Amino acid sequence: MSILKSREAVLALAILALLALIASRFPAFVTPANLARVLTDTSPLILLALGQMTVILTKCIDLSVAANLALCGMVAALLDGMGVPLAVILPAVIAMGAALGAVNGLLVWKLGIPSIVVTLGTMTIYRGTIFLLTNGAWINAHQLSDTFKALPRAEMLGLPVMAWIMIVAVLLVGLAVARLPLGRALYAVGGNPHAAGYAGISVGRTQFAAFVLAGALAGLTGYLWIARYAVAYVDIAGGFELDVVAACVIGGIAIAGGAGTVAGAVMGALFLGIIKNALPVVGISPFWQMAISGSAILIAIAVNTLARRAPGRIILKREEAAA
Amino acid sequence: MLRKVLTTAAMASALMAPGLASAQDEPVRIALVAKALGIGFFEAAAKGAEEAAAELGDVEIIYTGPTDTTAEGQIEVLNSLIAQRVDAIAVSANDTDALVPTLKRAMDRGITVISWDSGVAPEGREMHLNPSSAPLIGNTIIKLAADHLPEGGQVAVLSATSTSTNQNTWIEEMQKVMGDYPNIEVVATVYGDDLADKSYREAQGLMQSYPDLDAIIAPTSVGIVAAAQAVTDAGKVGEVNVTGLGLPSEMAGHVKSGASQSFAIWNPIDLGYSATMIAHALATDEATAEPGATIQIGRMGEVTLDENGEAAMADPFTYDASNIDEFSSIF
Repeated sequence: MSILKSREAVLALAILALLALIASRFPAFVTPANLARVLTDTSPLILLALGQMTVILTKCIDLSVAANLALCGMVAALLDGMGVPLAVILPAVIAMGAALGAVNGLLVWKLGIPSIVVTLGTMTIYRGTIFLLTNGAWINAHQLSDTFKALPRAEMLGLPVMAWIMIVAVLLVGLAVARLPLGRALYAVGGNPHAAGYAGISVGRTQFAAFVLAGALAGLTGYLWIARYAVAYVDIAGGFELDVVAACVIGGIAIAGGAGTVAGAVMGALFLGIIKNALPVVGISPFWQMAISGSAILIAIAVNTLARRAPGRIILKREEAAA
Repeated sequence: MLRKVLTTAAMASALMAPGLASAQDEPVRIALVAKALGIGFFEAAAKGAEEAAAELGDVEIIYTGPTDTTAEGQIEVLNSLIAQRVDAIAVSANDTDALVPTLKRAMDRGITVISWDSGVAPEGREMHLNPSSAPLIGNTIIKLAADHLPEGGQVAVLSATSTSTNQNTWIEEMQKVMGDYPNIEVVATVYGDDLADKSYREAQGLMQSYPDLDAIIAPTSVGIVAAAQAVTDAGKVGEVNVTGLGLPSEMAGHVKSGASQSFAIWNPIDLGYSATMIAHALATDEATAEPGATIQIGRMGEVTLDENGEAAMADPFTYDASNIDEFSSIF
């Protein structure tokens, strides 16, 4: 546990160092108002990283989250166009996201297809469905109702509602992972599926639950995304699934499953979000930006792997010493 | 075989005889072929074609196209037009090369063939009409920003990806004419990668890095919408003007909110009008399609063909609060 704690501490320090580095070039970046803006901007990434974390914990991966987000967002925009009130749209897109996640989960659970293959397929299907729904047409700012666009922007206690939704989601998922049987099942299934099976935990059912959670979060984020950027089209959040996976990996979620924390996923997403928001203002040539984002991911993973290697080897010794 | 060649030659010469068609009081039949029916952009072009026909008097417009944007569908449509012996075909092609054999057959039978909007390979048409050209677009995007900055000011460019050829060419052409706008300073060029979220973030970054920024020029339809939203969310409507290239249907809300004073894109009505004018001039031998030739296109002025047989119609058309409603329902 102390090792886990220190890994998150390392990440927190890295975030502070990153902020200090940015502040040395562009001081206005670390003003509270701007940090709140960055937090809001990173909210979609954090929301999706939470879902992705639970999926990765069970040794799976969900590449369809961004497509799920885009499809649910488009449906939200279409419902809004039909005059459906927001109070109905929100639960509807969350349920729809959960259902789309359940498709992934069922295919993994009942047919035993590797999750990377399943979600690669559904990713394309979900994107294609948006095209079928709209014939490729855009839904634009003036076609969305004002209440639809206002919710994520509305301010409460100095933060936009979008950030508050993210914070509530982080707390709920954190609580669920720490306190509910499902949370323990996630770690058990990812840590040692056979042992989990013998302990009476259904591996498939747990993976299914993780996919449903990831889907529901993607559905919610779909609405938030469309409302914030006030435009919906087929390619919304294209390639975003890779950012989400990167955030998890930076956050120390073991890609082989069974290890990782909510705090790690959140900080991993924040780390990426800060870089994304800082690059436009620190005056780095756009030609370097992609290389810098990529290097940051690799360095974070290298640090994580190095930090994990030593503890991994001394566990037995420590057990011996304790015995 | 010989007889077929002879008849073809006879037909061709009959059609080429100047003034023959009008002498017999038979209208010149011009087919305007769209990429697909039911697309607002092409319906608007057809409207322009009808306008040209009314102006010319002796012209009948056949507006047609396949039901989906495929080359196969277009070939069927072209075959039926050849069978109807129209005088001219003006096509916006779904495929550069696939239509060439069919269009060659049409030309062999004396039908005037031009392409517009989306071109056909040179051997399949007499000339191609581009809606605009890189230098005209480059000049337009900076002019749009400068027109609203009589005192001068700072502008920044929000492009698509750093490797997109179109945008880079337009920005390069814009830099070439910066001498004509001495008070305007281009402070930065950033890249939103044609992603709504990245473009939004880059626009926010521009407003933070350059607090005195007066305008953002986004020559990409994703970027201009995202930048307008970022300006609105930052409460800088009226301070930072978003302009560039966009579609009226996508920009209508932002023009009304004031985030964008004006923006540009080619006008499909003008394009259909000009294509018809050119097709008519070539079909009646008032003009010939050869490199360097100049063709009159009515109210749009004239176009000059380059060495590839291509011509650029005009500056992109400017849309603002006065005409946005009319066009936002079209495309």
